[in-house]
Amino acid sequence: MTASITESIAAKSKKSPVDYPLSDLKLDAKVPSGPLEQKWEKHKFDSKLVNPANKRKYTVLVVGSGLAGASAASTLAELGYNVHCFCFQDSPRRAHSIAAQGGINAAKNYQNDGDSVFRLFYDTIKGGDFRAREANVYRLALNSRNIIDQCVAQGVPFAREYGGQLANRSFGGAQVSRTFYARGQTGQQLLLGAYSSLSRMIEAGRVKMHTRTEMLDLVLVDGHAKGIVTRNLTNGKVERWAGDAVLLCTGGYGNVFYLSTNAQGCNVTATYRAFKRGAAFGNPCYTQIHPTCIPVHGDDQSKLTLMSESLRNDGRIWVPKKNEDCTKSPEQIPEQDRDYFLERRYPAFGNLCPRDIASRAAKVACDDEGRGVGPEVNGRRLGVFLDFSKSIAEKGRAEIEGKYGNLFDMYAKITAEDPYKTPMRIYPAVHYTMGGLWVDYNLMSNIPGLFVLGEANFSDHGANRLGASALMQGLSDGYFVIPSTIAGYLAGQKPAAAPTEHAAFKEVDGDVQQRIERLLAIKGKRSPRSFHKALGKIMWDECGMARSEQGLAGAIEQIKALRAEFWENVAVLGDNDNMNVSLEMAGRVADFLEFGELMCLDALHRNESCGGHFRAEFQTEDGEALRNDDEFAYAAAWLHRGDDKTPALAKEPLVFENIKLAQRSYK
Amino acid sequence: MADGSPKTMTLTLHVWRQKNARAAGAFQTYKATGVSPDQSFLEMLDLVNEDLIGRGQEPIAFDHDCREGICGMCSLMINGEPHGPERGTTTCQLHMRHFHDGDEIVIEPWRARAFPVVRDLVVDRGAFDRLIQAGGYVSVNAGGAPDANSVPIPKKEADLAMDAAACIGCGACVAACPNASAMLFVGAKMSQLRHLPQGKPEQTKRALNMLNRADKEGFGACRNHFECEAACPKEIPRRVMAEAFRDYVTAAVNRDDG
Ligand SMILES: Cc1cc2nc3c(=O)[nH]c(=O)nc-3n(C[C@H](O)[C@H](O)[C@H](O)COP(=O)(O)OP(=O)(O)OC[C@H]3O[C@@H](n4cnc5c(N)ncnc54)[C@H](O)[C@@H]3O)c2cc1C
Ligand code: FES
Repeated sequence: MTASITESIAAKSKKSPVDYPLSDLKLDAKVPSGPLEQKWEKHKFDSKLVNPANKRKYTVLVVGSGLAGASAASTLAELGYNVHCFCFQDSPRRAHSIAAQGGINAAKNYQNDGDSVFRLFYDTIKGGDFRAREANVYRLALNSRNIIDQCVAQGVPFAREYGGQLANRSFGGAQVSRTFYARGQTGQQLLLGAYSSLSRMIEAGRVKMHTRTEMLDLVLVDGHAKGIVTRNLTNGKVERWAGDAVLLCTGGYGNVFYLSTNAQGCNVTATYRAFKRGAAFGNPCYTQIHPTCIPVHGDDQSKLTLMSESLRNDGRIWVPKKNEDCTKSPEQIPEQDRDYFLERRYPAFGNLCPRDIASRAAKVACDDEGRGVGPEVNGRRLGVFLDFSKSIAEKGRAEIEGKYGNLFDMYAKITAEDPYKTPMRIYPAVHYTMGGLWVDYNLMSNIPGLFVLGEANFSDHGANRLGASALMQGLSDGYFVIPSTIAGYLAGQKPAAAPTEHAAFKEVDGDVQQRIERLLAIKGKRSPRSFHKALGKIMWDECGMARSEQGLAGAIEQIKALRAEFWENVAVLGDNDNMNVSLEMAGRVADFLEFGELMCLDALHRNESCGGHFRAEFQTEDGEALRNDDEFAYAAAWLHRGDDKTPALAKEPLVFENIKLAQRSYK
Repeated sequence: MADGSPKTMTLTLHVWRQKNARAAGAFQTYKATGVSPDQSFLEMLDLVNEDLIGRGQEPIAFDHDCREGICGMCSLMINGEPHGPERGTTTCQLHMRHFHDGDEIVIEPWRARAFPVVRDLVVDRGAFDRLIQAGGYVSVNAGGAPDANSVPIPKKEADLAMDAAACIGCGACVAACPNASAMLFVGAKMSQLRHLPQGKPEQTKRALNMLNRADKEGFGACRNHFECEAACPKEIPRRVMAEAFRDYVTAAVNRDDG
């Protein structure tokens, strides 16, 4: 498994100011042969099975209880495996999937509007700006239909029409209505569905649930993932868990930016620790900045709140044409002085163009042209209007209230403004991370036995994710993919091969304890939060919506300096025998401080613009992203080589056999 | 939200501090200065914690995660009210504009036998998970479900189910109830499933199992005070409890149904 590294320096990108070695690790995606439509069926048939009587002899460690983790844990338990599931919250029901609002896609074609599995596949590949693997995406589109069936069977209360049929809406850049939803709480209802199945398996004694338990490291035995080391967040106890396979379902790393729409606890620790043990990290720089969030109001803010993108179906986005109008209230700005910039720039899709495009257009209007609205924070007005007056006038307040009532209430609660009367103000915020651990078609990383599901993997969304597709992916991975693919691995493994007394466990346990002691011993002056905030600012400024070679190179230096200060001056109070919120946060921030550098390196190496990755040097004359398919039609997978060494790059070439590579156009 | 920096407030906080489940707890008094009306209650506590760390004192532990009113992780008794004074609002969405300069605020953890304190303001709500484990589900395995549109569900019923399903499992209902009853929580789950055809087959068995489990976990009996309904940040209606009683009685009368 250990990749031998070609130390000859990144010859390809001569312009790049950092050198990184190329790895000669051959990343085998294990894509089944045959026509796209038949790959998954064929693969399921060709895969080995585990004898039903033997399943209970295998223990699977599932880290995470979001859509991906809960669906995987419950389904594997239903099949007869012995499952342990871990989460850092006090209940599996609180995983961050709970916060998803808008909906979940499925190619059901209930609306008879021309949708199909192929169309969902096509939209996802195109939306991802041709940086995802065709075979995985097709399978996702295929499974999407079963997900809705499964959720309805569990009692998920999706929205319905008066005739009793399921309701759909069009969402985030799709021209068909394929999004299923449960008011503005789709993620909550899907997660509670998965959680109910998980609860049933816990009651049956087939899943052992470990809440308030954080995975801090991965244990490899003879190159295979055979266990994890955790810390009990209630009493500090460090524990070892042995298993026959490990599933990381630990969500995204958007919190590296400090301010994001993610929950406070979301972190990169599990996947980053796995990276340090040899797992390849795929496309870390691909992050999604969501266009419809409530703008930053002040310096002590801790999170950004997403307003569901469905609002773009009825809201029109604009800024004043003239800079001097930016301080006026919107009612004072006459129609002819308003610039509906998305409708102007992208007439075919208008306010519904994809997220990356809508976000960048807002940034151009505010940052570059100085036409932002709302309060000034740090010398800038970062906000654009989202105006419902036309829809309210045309459709009536009742209809708008019916569709978005809870979102309007939430906005009013946070801002103390009434969006029925005055336009909302929105601004892009970090929302989702397309990057994640590299996995093959079986969702297995390059470490045998280590599987990665949901937002934690890099698999299905390329350089940009379409709205309502993450929920779909998490559940597809957990309910339908992993139950088949894990058998192919386990069938070749002797059960319970490595007990926790094995030397490999002792060593990792020792590393974890040492790190905790080191953090507690620093006794510095500066809080973990303050380091996190400082890192977030660097990341947002240089590795956010627009990136440049110079900015990224500078960011890497700044991160290095901040990290050095962290290990000398972070204040972690208290002990390791009780709940210790400082220690929890410090551990996560320490990993972000390394991971942020990896993101910048990836962004720096990718000399093109694609999806959420926009490099200022690579744009068309009218400011659109300029892809470079000749040199960059690959997934970048980074391999750790040691703390003081630049990671090495392995490439998985992306081959498009079913969709013609084309420049995206939403004009 | 007007332009320019809004006026800030100074508050006096009386906060419950307790090192762990075994230790005795006590109130400590802290000053919160420079509090902006646009901050959330938890952002205000963040500020207090930053200040404490700066002075070499351990920060106040409190539960929180999404900070947008949906995960149910945040809690806090604020001046004796679960999630504070605003109706239909979780602590994380409670903004400081609802307080005034100079206010004194008492902050405590949920108090209930079934929710022991873990540290400071953090309690163990594992009992809620165990209630769901007792029967808060439809017994269906993944795979093989019929087409989602094969059974039409009247919109009205689907909406009633969704109203109940909005519960975030925060525990405010228990904290508000003089008997620390979990009836609103249990009723919400039962109501969601009884209004859907998929939940019908196990309706009475579910009632029996969940309510018996509630007893075992140390939740008190419901005496119709309805403090729970008033405290619920998601405004789960009291009718879910009436429905739960009905199912329980049916189950008790007709034992073999279980
Ligand atoms: C505000 C918001 C709205 C969204 N809306 C939509 C939408 O409308 N449609 C859509 O498709 N997508 C949406 N998304 C994206 C989608 O919700 C997520 O991508 C998806 O839910 C992630 O699911 P997951 O199971 O991969 O991870 P999560 O739900 O984040 O779960 C991660 C789990 O891992 C655990 N964990 C993490 N680290 C550790 C560790 N070290 N040790 C132990 N446990 C750990 C956590 O406790 C948690 O249980 C939204 C995202 C946000 C932030
Ligand atoms: S922190 Fe999630 S509901 Fe308050």
